[in-house]
Amino acid sequence: MISQLSWKIGGQQGEGVESTDRIFSTALNRLGYYLYGYRHFSSRIKGGHTNNKIRISTHPIRAISDDLDILVAFDQESIDLNAKELRSGGVIVADAKFNPTIPDGIDARLFAVPITAMAEELGTSLMKNMVASGASWALLGLPLEVFNKAVEEEFGRKGAAIVEKNIEAVKRGAEFVLEQAGGPLDEFKLEPADGKQKLFMIGNEAIGLGSIAAGCRLMSAYPITPASEIMEYLIKKLPKFGGTVVQTEDEIAAVTMAIGANYAGVRTMTASAGPGLALMMEAIGLAGMTETPLVIVNTQRGGPSTGLPTKQEQSDLNAMVYGTHGEIPKIVIAPATIEDCFYDTLESFNLAEQYQVPVILMTDLQLSLGKQSCEPLDYSKIDIKRGKLVTDVPALEGQSLFKRYEFTEDGVSPRVLPGEKGGLHHVTGVEHDEVGRPSENSVNRRQMMDKRLNKLNDMYIRDAVRADAPHENPDLLIIGMGSTGGTIDQARQTLAGEGVATNHVTIRQIHPFPTKLLKPYLQNAKKVIVIENNATAQLASQIKMNAGFAEKIESLLKYDGNPFLPSDVHKACKELIKDGHVQRV
Amino acid sequence: MATFKEFRNNVKPNWCPGCGDFSIQAAIQRAAANVGLEPEQLAVVSGIGCSGRISGYINAYGFHGIHGRALPIAQGVKLANRELTVIASGGDGDGFAIGMGHTVHAIRRNLNLTYIVMDNQIYGLTKGQTSPRSAEGFKTKSTPEGSIESTLSPLEIAMSAGATFVAQSFSSDLKQLTSLIEQGIKHEGFSLINVFSPCVTFNKINTYDWFKENIVNLEQFPDYDPTNRVAAMNKIMETNGMLTGLIYQNTARKSYEDLVAGFKQEGLAKQNVKITQDEFDKLVAEFK
Ligand SMILES: Cc1ncc(C[n+]2csc(CCOP(=O)(O)OP(=O)(O)O)c2C)c(N)n1
Ligand code: SF4
Repeated sequence: MISQLSWKIGGQQGEGVESTDRIFSTALNRLGYYLYGYRHFSSRIKGGHTNNKIRISTHPIRAISDDLDILVAFDQESIDLNAKELRSGGVIVADAKFNPTIPDGIDARLFAVPITAMAEELGTSLMKNMVASGASWALLGLPLEVFNKAVEEEFGRKGAAIVEKNIEAVKRGAEFVLEQAGGPLDEFKLEPADGKQKLFMIGNEAIGLGSIAAGCRLMSAYPITPASEIMEYLIKKLPKFGGTVVQTEDEIAAVTMAIGANYAGVRTMTASAGPGLALMMEAIGLAGMTETPLVIVNTQRGGPSTGLPTKQEQSDLNAMVYGTHGEIPKIVIAPATIEDCFYDTLESFNLAEQYQVPVILMTDLQLSLGKQSCEPLDYSKIDIKRGKLVTDVPALEGQSLFKRYEFTEDGVSPRVLPGEKGGLHHVTGVEHDEVGRPSENSVNRRQMMDKRLNKLNDMYIRDAVRADAPHENPDLLIIGMGSTGGTIDQARQTLAGEGVATNHVTIRQIHPFPTKLLKPYLQNAKKVIVIENNATAQLASQIKMNAGFAEKIESLLKYDGNPFLPSDVHKACKELIKDGHVQRV
Repeated sequence: MATFKEFRNNVKPNWCPGCGDFSIQAAIQRAAANVGLEPEQLAVVSGIGCSGRISGYINAYGFHGIHGRALPIAQGVKLANRELTVIASGGDGDGFAIGMGHTVHAIRRNLNLTYIVMDNQIYGLTKGQTSPRSAEGFKTKSTPEGSIESTLSPLEIAMSAGATFVAQSFSSDLKQLTSLIEQGIKHEGFSLINVFSPCVTFNKINTYDWFKENIVNLEQFPDYDPTNRVAAMNKIMETNGMLTGLIYQNTARKSYEDLVAGFKQEGLAKQNVKITQDEFDKLVAEFK
């Protein structure tokens, strides 16, 4: 029996790849397996090759695998493009309709199943995904009832007749392939899972859920890949909690509307990707200057410009850290796991109000869209902290105004919401005095700049630097951020087997940079490798600039649109140990 | 009840003596008192320009934002607390050049707020460049040979975008202007009030006298029916946009707040947002 396996389905976009994947993985989730999904898609809606890959395991995994065990193919293109990933002895389940062939040099077993024909027999070729998934499920020898339950849920609202037909399609696919194979394939027999129900979701959903839990009730946003799922989730849910989502005319409206709503007291967020973030820059400065809480989610994708809009990249770091003109305090948080997506969202809304600053929650495409198992989320961790928000303030005397920008020890001033009788004050992006009136006085200017910029001194988020550091003096310290952690851990396992001692640090607080927390790990390591999906080593630059140790820091960079594979990381680490430097992927 | 004096503060505006914006400030203060508001119930959100300074000159909650973005900020404020009266304000450059996209979409969205444009046909704060409202041939620092672009008609644009309240006034006519702002505040939806507000420093063509000669007051047409959309459009075109008064009002269309599913009358900002364990469990169950 095996403890993990990789399954992939490929076909033309719009051909049912998504729904097959959804049902297949829901059923696996019910059985308690850990799952990690990867969607490969182009920005075309219909047509164009697409594939979804799921890694199935009895223990937690957070990385796609280098290889593949089972490929389900709706067309020859899917075989030609993906067969090279198959490990030797792997299996292809393909539609007999196109006379599938195994490409030269690939050692695999092919099951040609009359997928389209069987579906058509049942009334519609639309059901071919059911035939195909039934066949591949049966080869794994997993219980069909669980699968049928997932089918029932997917099609339940379309009526019992449709459900029945789909279940029949699954059955026919399963029966056909089992007859050909002579029963389930032993080499693919998975050990039973722990049976504990996990959540199965994408990062964007975890962020959406987190925002509702955090008390966010408004979202203003403009659609963009890979951020749109957040607004799509929230527009379904927020009305039940009295809130709503506004699809604005552009990202400038989205972010300024969020600023207006936060000013008036409702936790409000916007979400976008690189192009939208670029449009928000002036407004981020307004939030910083007016000390208005603001949460922006930036789901990074391939840049620059329209770049690779549906591909993985981590190249907006500089834009997030340095973006907006002038100098403001700002927090940039990088969740690294699906659980982080939830808990960091809670924390982002708290920090935005406690420090009265803009907070950017940065994900990357793989974390935002990759569907994966998530440990149960803890309701008791939901704690809404609104900082120095005050109510029932005493009445103002004469012409005086509320000191919204009062100089205080920690630089954070009391905040009142419009509507409060004793709270009248002015808010402006022009430099201002304690009540918010424009002021060009140079003494006031310095004091106000210092007040704002010192607010975040010694501010650390939960797990600002997350370390898995079993070695006191590791051969290698591997540093990453965002979705790459699982891949790094997998490479580390291989390295450990080869006698290489590694520590792993995930930087979760990108800005202000957690220099103090990171330094000891750098100090103790013989060599350091920073792994990031961009071409100019943006994270490594932050590390070198803030913490030093430039002489022992090397980079592994990948910017071809694909996430790192464990083998990429492993190879680079070996090279570094052997030659002292790293080739680019 | 607050009088207009309570909407005054002790800040001396930095506008040039004689600037049209002074009267608009006074009209907003009077209208706010006349409709029975208290200062804390009013939020004035403004853009950037000479005109944009207005949020600092009214004793109320004031938010001076960034150039061209008064409307999205104001809409955010209103969504967060619909119990507030929200006035957005700014110049013609602010609303019809850099912020034109927001203007059209705010009109379409029809949130219950009032947008007062201080229209001087020029850029005042940046010292005299052309505006989308400048007449063709108008010479400015940026159009030394005269503007060669056509003049934008905000009233026609508003009408075609589905506006539910369109009015225009002249800063010298304090009585009409105050009345229109009152009507705009009371209108349940988006109200656009474009106000001719002469820039005495940089616009030597569109002066107080020039406006007096060129504008027609809708009061001159006793039969004029501001609920008739076609008539309104015709009148705007007939007068080449040089008319004042309430041009169009549609009270049938509901405001955005009233159309949003599940939106309560109580301001969202006042509502309890902590979700219960039960609500949380239901949300989570969808991912099992
Ligand atoms: C993004 C941006 N671009 C340019 C400016 C410079 N600027 C400030 S006000 C203004 C135009 C002013 O004209 P208008 O909006 O008509 O207002 P007025 O000063 O005439 O009242 C410009 C271009 C700015 N503040 N922000
Ligand atoms: S420059 Fe023109 S618009 Fe600006 S304050 Fe002076 S008169 Fe008014």
